[in-house]
Amino acid sequence: MLKDITLGQYFPGNSPIHRLDPRTKLVLLVAYIVALFLAVSWVSYAVMLVFLISVIAVSGVPPKSFFKGMKPLVFILVFTGVLNLFFTRGETVLLEVGFIVITLEGLARAIMMLSRILMLVTGTFLLTYTTSPIALTDGLESLLSPLKKIRVPVHELSMMMCIALRFIPTLIEETDKIMSAQKARGADFESGKLMERVRALIPILVPLFISAFRRADELATAMECRCYQGGEGRTKMKLLHYKRRDFFAFGIGVVLVAVICVLRRFGL
Amino acid sequence: MAPFLEVKNLTHVYSAGTPFEHKALDNVSFYLERGEFVGVIGHTGSGKSTLMQHLNGLLKPDSGAVLLDGVDIWSDKKITRQARFRVGLVFQYPEYQLFEETVYKDIAFGPRNMGLPAEEIDRRVREAAGFVGISDAQLASSPFDLSGGQKRRAAIAGVIAMEPELLILDEPTAGLDPAGREDILANIDGYRRAKNATVMMVSHSMNDVARMADRLIVMNRARIAMDGTPREIFTLNHTQELMDMGLDIPELTRVFLRLRRMGLNVPVVYTMEQAVDAMTSLRGGTDHA
Repeated sequence: MLKDITLGQYFPGNSPIHRLDPRTKLVLLVAYIVALFLAVSWVSYAVMLVFLISVIAVSGVPPKSFFKGMKPLVFILVFTGVLNLFFTRGETVLLEVGFIVITLEGLARAIMMLSRILMLVTGTFLLTYTTSPIALTDGLESLLSPLKKIRVPVHELSMMMCIALRFIPTLIEETDKIMSAQKARGADFESGKLMERVRALIPILVPLFISAFRRADELATAMECRCYQGGEGRTKMKLLHYKRRDFFAFGIGVVLVAVICVLRRFGL
Repeated sequence: MAPFLEVKNLTHVYSAGTPFEHKALDNVSFYLERGEFVGVIGHTGSGKSTLMQHLNGLLKPDSGAVLLDGVDIWSDKKITRQARFRVGLVFQYPEYQLFEETVYKDIAFGPRNMGLPAEEIDRRVREAAGFVGISDAQLASSPFDLSGGQKRRAAIAGVIAMEPELLILDEPTAGLDPAGREDILANIDGYRRAKNATVMMVSHSMNDVARMADRLIVMNRARIAMDGTPREIFTLNHTQELMDMGLDIPELTRVFLRLRRMGLNVPVVYTMEQAVDAMTSLRGGTDHA
């Protein structure tokens, strides 16, 4: 049950997308999102969709996994779709029942907004599916390192992110274990009124917090034992290097944004 | 009459239909009688934990059944819930599940979930605390102020207070000092004798299991490899088999096997009393093997 949560789960692989430098992928994702918001017409949406599908095809990530990750978003998608469908005023009325008016413009807008959100989320998933969390934080740290000049603790932040990501599976496993133990003592999480259900969480949350603090304490001691002192003067075992494929990818990114801009210029 | 607990052709597969598919239990069957002390041994991943979680209905079998007094525990929702109370499960490191403000309240959590009247809860909490040697002063304190061994005992009391007819414990002595181990084992046996309850104890310590249990179940690769009294299991033939499975045998048994190999005519033993008997009879010159 809890194990089904896909929180940017990494799919190990060896595709060209997997091998790209994490910084390249982060920058490209930003470019992709910018392009997505600049796109205003069906033509530019089609361009974006073709781009997205070809990248997914190259990455070799099974398309099914994107749908699975989309499940928690169903509510937002339906909400956006319904709002746009009913509250966009237009001239061509398709359906009119009482105060509910559906126009062609509303329908088009709803479909556009939905595809925008879907493409946005899919693109982000693609990054986390093809990049290990460690590589991702490494890339983020490297991209943000100019901020060190203005005393932003970039290394510390990325270390925190790294640790948080590393402990998600551990905490899920721990929660599972505690839930089983309390169920064995007759705890009931599945029935009862809202307040009863909230109260039923206490026997899980208290032990979970205690163990999280204990783990944090142990980890801090272990890091200190290995002389961890933060980012100052710290070297890396795996240095990030841009390779030829990264420049190639940047090229594609520039072309994509340029194409969308040109299309926009011509009102497409 | 139906046996107290019957496990029939139990099979459980984790992550069925994915690349991570893994058979944790493969057609496992056995009986438990009232008042038995059963030791379960097997190395990590042999299916012990999965088996235990089936006995009180935390996991649902993919095929096969668990029968309590002849009734399938999954036949009805109420019966499943009842099975949780009749079969008490103490997980590994149970002290990490303590959560209440006082030890008393924590032990009362199980009985309270059973919907018992207040006086009955009070009686059970005090009795359970008595079984594991927790004083009245400790009952009123926070569970987080107790020492490691005491926390473990408080957690075990939390399950004992439900007065389960079958008490299952997963490595109850892991990580305790020798005195703490002895205490807890004696507490568990005390509960069994007082209530004529069945105890099932998973342990990696062959010494503990050999000494306490009147029956041993050996798990290997999702199946039951051996099932019998310690006397039947720790025989010459089986000990070799156990070692082949990567399991330990009691230290005393090891010593006596070595003695036999050195040409001494001694039986294969597993408790101190047997060892003393064997040595005295050897000195007396009588053939005892």
